[in-house]
Amino acid sequence: MANMLANIFGSSPVRPLEKHIDLAFRCAKKLRPFVAAVIDKDHKRMAEIRGQIEVLEHEADNMKKEIRLHMPKSLFMPVPREDLLELLLVQDKIANRTKDVSGVIMGRKMSIPEPIADMFLEFVDSNIDAAKQARKSVRELDELFTAGFRGAEVDLVSELIEELDQIETKTDEQQTRLRSTLFDIEKTLDPIDAMFLYEVISLTGEIADMAERVGRRLELLLSH
Amino acid sequence: MDAQLVYIGLAAAFGLFMAWGIGANDVANAMATSVGSKALTIKQAILVAAIFEFAGAVLAGGEVTSTIRKGIVDADLLIGMEDGPRLLIYGMLAALLAAGTWLLIASRNGWPVSTTHSIVGAIVGFAAVGIGVDAVQWGKVGTIVMSWVVSPLTAGFIAYLIYRSVQKLILSQDDPLAKAKRYVPVYIFLAAFTITLVTILKGLSHVGLTISLRDSYILAIALAAAIALLGSYFISRIEADPKAEKKQHFVTVERVFGILMVVTACGMAFAHGSNDVANAIGPLAAVVSIATSGEIGAKSALPIWVLALGGGGIVVGLATFGRHVIATVGKKITQLTPSRGFAAELAAATTIVIASGTGMPISTTHTLVGAVLGVGMARGIEAIDLRVVARILVSWVVTIPAGAFLAIIFFFLFKTVLP
Repeated sequence: MANMLANIFGSSPVRPLEKHIDLAFRCAKKLRPFVAAVIDKDHKRMAEIRGQIEVLEHEADNMKKEIRLHMPKSLFMPVPREDLLELLLVQDKIANRTKDVSGVIMGRKMSIPEPIADMFLEFVDSNIDAAKQARKSVRELDELFTAGFRGAEVDLVSELIEELDQIETKTDEQQTRLRSTLFDIEKTLDPIDAMFLYEVISLTGEIADMAERVGRRLELLLSH
Repeated sequence: MDAQLVYIGLAAAFGLFMAWGIGANDVANAMATSVGSKALTIKQAILVAAIFEFAGAVLAGGEVTSTIRKGIVDADLLIGMEDGPRLLIYGMLAALLAAGTWLLIASRNGWPVSTTHSIVGAIVGFAAVGIGVDAVQWGKVGTIVMSWVVSPLTAGFIAYLIYRSVQKLILSQDDPLAKAKRYVPVYIFLAAFTITLVTILKGLSHVGLTISLRDSYILAIALAAAIALLGSYFISRIEADPKAEKKQHFVTVERVFGILMVVTACGMAFAHGSNDVANAIGPLAAVVSIATSGEIGAKSALPIWVLALGGGGIVVGLATFGRHVIATVGKKITQLTPSRGFAAELAAATTIVIASGTGMPISTTHTLVGAVLGVGMARGIEAIDLRVVARILVSWVVTIPAGAFLAIIFFFLFKTVLP
């Protein structure tokens, strides 16, 4: 039986978006134990965590599709549907990049040279921090909707995004240092391995980039 | 004498069926908002609905009942006709059965239709075709149809203003909880005041009470103040739960609004009873009046048992089927948290009670939908499906000829079958 009142409510994308960023963050978080296993050359553990990353990335991907499916053009929302879809897309890329990083390392059976190991771990941590801050910001989405994108809640989210930007800047600096350290030792490495190390570094850095873009998207919502 | 009893018996049965249907379906919309937002449990909602639907029907349902009973069909024209009284009885019976049937068909097929539109369409149908185009008071019907356009818009506009004020005063502030505790009692006062005032001014004369204008205001203010004080007491007992707050900053604020929503839920049930019960008992009242007096337009007061039958039917419908509908609808409208739900309910209840006071039979559900859209315009609803809104508009238009068509068939059927 149809009910007029019940049916005029479309399925709200707000909670699903919050759940989705949670998945993306949990996926990114796995990169820390993964990289630690790479440094330890613990192949069994690497494969195990790589599997977990794939599962989480897949879950996030399915959820993305599900959310899109439930956001038809006929939905009337306080903010443009396109902006929410864009937000979803960049959220999803956090998980995608995590999968890419672990994929390249696994596929090429890479190891991380001892001189950059600690630096690399710190860099990974900062990228995960960025993803965490993105999650914290997106979690305010339902409060933003309640407050009608006005007042104190907007200020709060703006602050969160500012912190996110600072974390991202930090990852950029770390990346520069990491690259120059790698440059110093690259002569001692196999050339192709070195190339792929550069590749893995930039892929990892993209996690924070995507997190920052989540912040940019949120900011766009605030300005409506 | 026998024929009269048959007419009254049939009308009472059909009327009861309609009232049951209203209780089973429509009341759910009025109450589900409160259940969905967890301001009331289902049991509490049914209790509130039973009391206030009944009170609304008996205390303030008179004007609309009178419109349905004698405002649509031109009685003067029928008085001049020899078998006028009988035709009107057949017509009213046909209208009741047609509206009930159409509602049944519609809900089976999942079409969102309004009880009010069905019954008005049915009455216009039998009068225009069964008796003659002149038998319809087209001016009055025009006003009613206008009110169907105006009421959702009005409710939407009021809801927009209320929710905007809530955002400005409470939700966008640094300390929404403190602000909510300060302002929510004011909203409670406003809600109680509006609804009691309109009821006293427009409704009570039907039950034989006349109160002067000044006394009406004093009484409404006193009642509203008492309710607001009681509300303040419950609000003062609400304490913040830091653990829940961490996940969702507005949890405690919404609990404060939950108290307010109990009040607006009562108002909504009252408003619904005052307007929708007429759909069931208006035709019944007409049949009873003609059958007992033998003539049209006899100056007979609306028998209280007729109102009580309508109110009782609604309560039975609510208790049998309504609870399931409330539960289902309540689960689907979780977007309507107390801060938003109260705005929609208060706007709808105010609009409906005013319509009841002026005798306009409007669709309570459409009015509530209008109010929800108003909250949406204030950016209060996360997602509204405009396709469904469009579908409601379509059924808005289709229901009237459908009700009319069925009423015409039943009218000619009764004309041949009944004594």
